[in-house]
Amino acid sequence: MTHTSLSRRVFLKTSGGALVGTLAFTNGAVAMLAPSRSWAVTTEQFDDHQARTLLTFTRHLLPHDTLEDAVYALVVKDLDRQAADAQVRQQLTDGIATLDRKANGNWLSLDEDDRQTQVEAVAGSPFFKTVHGSAIVALYNNPLAFAHFGYGGGVDDAGYLHRGFSDIDWLPEPPIAVSGTIPNDAAPV
Amino acid sequence: MDYTNQRTFGHDDDGVVVVIGSGAGGGTLANGLAQQGIKVVLLEAGGLHSRTDFHTDEWRAYEQLSWLDPRTTSGSWRVAQDFPNLPAWICKTVGGSTTHWSACSLRIQPHEFQARTRYGDLEGATLLDWPIGYDDLAPYYDRTEKRLNVTRTNDIPGLPGNNNFKVMYTGAQKLGYECNTGRMAINSREMDGRGHCQQRGFCFQGCRSGAKWSTLNTEIPEALATGNCEMRTHAHVAEITHDASGKVTGVSYFDGNGEMRHQKARVVAVAGNSIETPRLLLNSASGQFPDGLANGSGHVGKHYMRHMTGSVYAAFEQPVHMYRGTVMAGIIPDEARHDEGRGFAGGYEMETIALGLPLAAAFLNPGAWGRDFTRMIDQYDHLAAMWLVGEDMPRDTNRITLNHDVRDQHGLPVANVHYDDHDNDIAMRNHAYQQGSDVYRAAGATDIYEVPPYPSTHNLGTCRMSEKPEDGVCNGFGQTHEVSNLFISDGSQFTTSAAENPTLTIIAMAMRQAEHIGQQMKAQAI
Ligand SMILES: Cc1cc2nc3c(=O)[nH]c(=O)nc-3n(C[C@H](O)[C@H](O)[C@H](O)COP(=O)(O)OP(=O)(O)OC[C@H]3O[C@@H](n4cnc5c(N)ncnc54)[C@H](O)[C@@H]3O)c2cc1C
Ligand code: SF4
Repeated sequence: MTHTSLSRRVFLKTSGGALVGTLAFTNGAVAMLAPSRSWAVTTEQFDDHQARTLLTFTRHLLPHDTLEDAVYALVVKDLDRQAADAQVRQQLTDGIATLDRKANGNWLSLDEDDRQTQVEAVAGSPFFKTVHGSAIVALYNNPLAFAHFGYGGGVDDAGYLHRGFSDIDWLPEPPIAVSGTIPNDAAPV
Repeated sequence: MDYTNQRTFGHDDDGVVVVIGSGAGGGTLANGLAQQGIKVVLLEAGGLHSRTDFHTDEWRAYEQLSWLDPRTTSGSWRVAQDFPNLPAWICKTVGGSTTHWSACSLRIQPHEFQARTRYGDLEGATLLDWPIGYDDLAPYYDRTEKRLNVTRTNDIPGLPGNNNFKVMYTGAQKLGYECNTGRMAINSREMDGRGHCQQRGFCFQGCRSGAKWSTLNTEIPEALATGNCEMRTHAHVAEITHDASGKVTGVSYFDGNGEMRHQKARVVAVAGNSIETPRLLLNSASGQFPDGLANGSGHVGKHYMRHMTGSVYAAFEQPVHMYRGTVMAGIIPDEARHDEGRGFAGGYEMETIALGLPLAAAFLNPGAWGRDFTRMIDQYDHLAAMWLVGEDMPRDTNRITLNHDVRDQHGLPVANVHYDDHDNDIAMRNHAYQQGSDVYRAAGATDIYEVPPYPSTHNLGTCRMSEKPEDGVCNGFGQTHEVSNLFISDGSQFTTSAAENPTLTIIAMAMRQAEHIGQQMKAQAI
């Protein structure tokens, strides 16, 4: 998966572009994991404007109001990697150009509702499908998303046996006859 | 676990039994034969990934274990639209889909072996009674349950229920349904040198602890240890060869370097799972068998079944964390009965299911976007879920054919999987959605989501067994009607799908077949 770090705003800018930002939610799950409040993701195939457009487009596709831009930036990073293929790059940059053209210059400058209308208008297009296909994987397959959505992931080989696999206390406890007991050789880890 | 071959056989050794595929059927058969002193060459298209290689990262595991060679789809089933090149989610690795399976281990009910007699003649379905009955399999079910340490059999305690189970149990109680943690081929206690379940929740990704039974961690090492079985990995069988008398003589396969090899054989057994098995027979067509090997009756590839499936996900005010612990953690069996009063033939089971966040995003509503979709993901840690699995109707138009326009990496035509739901399947799914939703409503759900079928995990029926040669491909032992030394050894044999998860039955049939092949070889009948 993506190894984009939430490191400080230290990066070497060659061609390409960058997404930079500051975490919006100081107490969110993502903030707990991040080494710093500011973040930056560099891109090789897209300039700043293109990267920002892809990020905002992705927010329209998969809107999670309290999910940090820093996580959406991982989708841009994945698209950037895919765009090393010239055909993909062409498709994505054309898609962005079309959005801008329809917005008389800069799609990003439209207000949210107008942007949304345009996203709906291109739903199902190859551009839309490429962004969606990347986003549905990249947005949810990283430790920041795991923390945000409350997915514990793999933990370690000791599993959840002593880490809350049956910790619901808001429902009655089922009888042992329909369930089972914890193996007694299982040492808590 | 030791996976080294203790002995190897020459390519021109025509005394060996070649077994194709190392999953539930093939792995069990290979061990069953090797234990009798029969020489076996086990050919597996995938590579060896032992349990310490497994990942607890859903996409990495998917790439490691899944069958990703191209396939195509057609028909009106929703999978063809959502996953046009992924009709089935099954494996290509040593151990086959038993690395993937969630280990729910149920017996087929006696009446389900007589579906045609019991359900009658349903229009648009090709129902047929099995040539064997429950009593033929019962002793092998006993042995299989012992072998797999199936919980709630042989005094083996049940697995402790996780959060997902608690939610299902609460709703089931309110509706008057029975519900428990099921019969699972997962060690609830340390047994046979394999540890107990750690409730880690990566049963679909191989189970790093080895608590879950698979041919990878039992049958295959045992078969190799006898010194009678040689396993060749990355060996993709392209064709089964035969002589002028119509007996099979061996198989041609691509080895790991992409080179074509030929292995002679006295007997060939095919267990490539129900898409690859008919594909291989069809790809083995010859002057003598113009429509495919053992396909004089025309049934090879037909009657493809995948079970009626669907899922219900439900959100609760309080957290559930369904991903913690066994994937199939609870079962409601009440609707598995045959009761025409519900408006359909056959029955279905309700079983908990859990997906991690990455797979949930991909499978909960494929292709969906916008707020309706993200609302469900926002509730991820508050979701409980169940999978609905029931008997689907066999149809001769639901079938595996060769797609000559699409070729795999070896240049072989790929399988096309065509499926249309029968009205009975649709009526059953609607009923199951309703009952599943009621279970969760009774437990206090705030939102209910009916989730469409995933790519097929149960694949059945494409070389079905039949009493009469004109009705199917093989007899009650999986021996093909047309070619006496060719056997079908996987779920392709199923005459009808029954409501239950199929693997316990596949294994029991493979054990029975191993004995039968041993006897016939001794008697020089094959
Ligand atoms: C996610 C998931 C969960 C499941 N859960 C359950 C469950 O809880 N209970 C249950 O009963 N069942 C379950 N199943 C189904 C179960 O895995 C299958 O029924 C069973 O593994 C099928 O056995 P098989 O021998 O037919 O095929 P497989 O186990 O799939 O093995 C077939 C093997 O043949 C190999 N092969 C194919 N073609 C060739 C060729 N041409 N040459 C060489 N090798 C070849 C493949 O690489 C593969 O390794 C589940 C399946 C999945 C995917
Ligand atoms: S939950 Fe149990 S069976 Fe499933 S992967 Fe974990 S240890 Fe294995």
